[in-house]
Amino acid sequence: MLQANSLTYRIGPKGLLQNVSLTARPGEVLAIVGANGAGKSTLLKVLSGDLKPSAGEVVFEGKPLAQWPPAALARRRAVLTQQHTLALAFQVRELALLGRYPYFGGQPTAHDHAVVAAALDLVGLRQLAEREYPTLSGGEQQRAQLARVLAQVWEAEKGFLLLDEPLTGLDLRHQHHTLAVARQLARRGFGVIAVLHDLNLAAQYADQVLMLHQGRPVASGTPAEVLTPDYIQLGFGIEVELLAHPSLGGPLIVPTVNMPF
Amino acid sequence: MSALTEKPAITLTPAAPPTRQKRARVLLALLAAGLAVAVLVGAGAGALPVPVASVLGVLGHKLGLTTGWAFEPQQEAVVWAIRLPRVVLAVLVGAALGLSGAAMQGLFRNPLADPSLLGISAGASLAAVAVIVLEEKVLKLVSALPGSAGAGAYVLPLAAFAGACATTLFVYRVSRQGGRVLVSTMLLVGIATNGLAGAVTGLFTYAATDAQLRSITFWGLGSLGGANWPAIATLLPFVAGPLLWLPRLGKSLNLLALGEEQAAHLGLPVARVKWQVIGLTTLAVGASVALVGTIGFLGFLVPHVLRLLAGPDHRFILPASALGGALVLLLADTLARTAVAPAELPIGILTALLGAPVFLWIVLKKATKTA
Repeated sequence: MLQANSLTYRIGPKGLLQNVSLTARPGEVLAIVGANGAGKSTLLKVLSGDLKPSAGEVVFEGKPLAQWPPAALARRRAVLTQQHTLALAFQVRELALLGRYPYFGGQPTAHDHAVVAAALDLVGLRQLAEREYPTLSGGEQQRAQLARVLAQVWEAEKGFLLLDEPLTGLDLRHQHHTLAVARQLARRGFGVIAVLHDLNLAAQYADQVLMLHQGRPVASGTPAEVLTPDYIQLGFGIEVELLAHPSLGGPLIVPTVNMPF
Repeated sequence: MSALTEKPAITLTPAAPPTRQKRARVLLALLAAGLAVAVLVGAGAGALPVPVASVLGVLGHKLGLTTGWAFEPQQEAVVWAIRLPRVVLAVLVGAALGLSGAAMQGLFRNPLADPSLLGISAGASLAAVAVIVLEEKVLKLVSALPGSAGAGAYVLPLAAFAGACATTLFVYRVSRQGGRVLVSTMLLVGIATNGLAGAVTGLFTYAATDAQLRSITFWGLGSLGGANWPAIATLLPFVAGPLLWLPRLGKSLNLLALGEEQAAHLGLPVARVKWQVIGLTTLAVGASVALVGTIGFLGFLVPHVLRLLAGPDHRFILPASALGGALVLLLADTLARTAVAPAELPIGILTALLGAPVFLWIVLKKATKTA
């Protein structure tokens, strides 16, 4: 379980996050949604420990995040950030193998190689395993990084996955595929926290949704509770209508206004 | 996709080791073998050529082994007292510079980084030039210290070493903001420090006499001519630590390629790794520059070529850069002292003269390939 208690994060007098709390449970996908600049990525950085909150604390499995030994934390929890810098021209396989570094000392074992191969299979990059990372397309790079993160917590019990906009640059099929992977991990007992832009995808795949607006929580709860026209008007400043999804039964969020210019 | 529903079912046979790794292993073996050959050839080459068999005989004799290889006393004197110290010095300094360059490039995630970029070499040069110009005053000061008889010979290397360490500390402290050292800031501070040290060095050069100018020029071009066993005994404690420890940081530097935050999420103690790399390279480079002057291009060229040959994995690049640096410097020095015998080319000229065109060729070849 990952808990955030009244997180506040400030740079100077500017509050980027104000009093945000959340509970992410094993077996659930939690989506963080909100307009550009609402504080989604900042929240994920505080949750992952990249940023220290000005007030409040993050508790992972009953222990404050700061007290976790880095190596133990790395075997339980993986983080996929938004920027994918990779300074060296690693091959896709070598990149995914970085996810196994917390597990082997000198040389990777056959098991590590097998996990990497399975993770590459899962994201559909097996054929590109020998390709150098800089030669991949943006979406393929994103999937290669996902494979690395998956390899890192492949066998973890009640592992956690923190994903900051994991769908950037992905085509329609791979957007759904990535979230389906997240769902399956949740079924296996993982907790998944993902920053998402597409409200329809959040509605379809998340168990819980937290909506932020200007650093403050607007609403949190099930998708049906949070993704209402009123809250979306509040959080995104746009009018929407909910239609019934023709085949899946859930809601379909459709904007109803043309933008005035 | 069903692989994730229960426990991960890994039914795949492990992949064969990638070709790149195989190539890296072969390359490491070749470098080691090449270095061994270069040592034997280097110890034999010179005004009095000594055949490889005799060099082996001398080595065996000194190690207390009886070998079948015959040698004459004169050969023993030349090989043991003159050539071998120089060969060993070239190997140690070359390994230190190659390894430090590779480690710095890994830490700064920049293939252009090298110890001179942080100002380490410039700081050492400044201190050395200052000592040359202020010679009399400094020596008077030193000889005034109790128990310092004969310390004069060590003043220059000690000053250079202290200059290197002081510069690194300065750069590190200035780059510290809110308890964190930002690597990008550190690069910028290093560039500024380079300029500053260069300017002050220029000031000393301006004030120098003609004789001092000659020493400054000579020192700046680098030379292994001062090699003898005591010099090596002085160098060894400083480079042994870095040479043994830096190659163990391969995994850490690989993780750093993802950026500091992602590396931390994979369990890497980022701050500790930074300190280790910076501290160890300063030791190695400072001690090397102190003994042989500044030798350009080596720490930058060797890792670059190796990366092109067998990929960027630091578990390979670090040991290979140590071996490669040693090999290149040893070959260059052997050439430097035999090409225009009995005179001697400054080694710094030779490494840059050979290194720069090779590097240009690589860059252009790569550019046409991607274009």
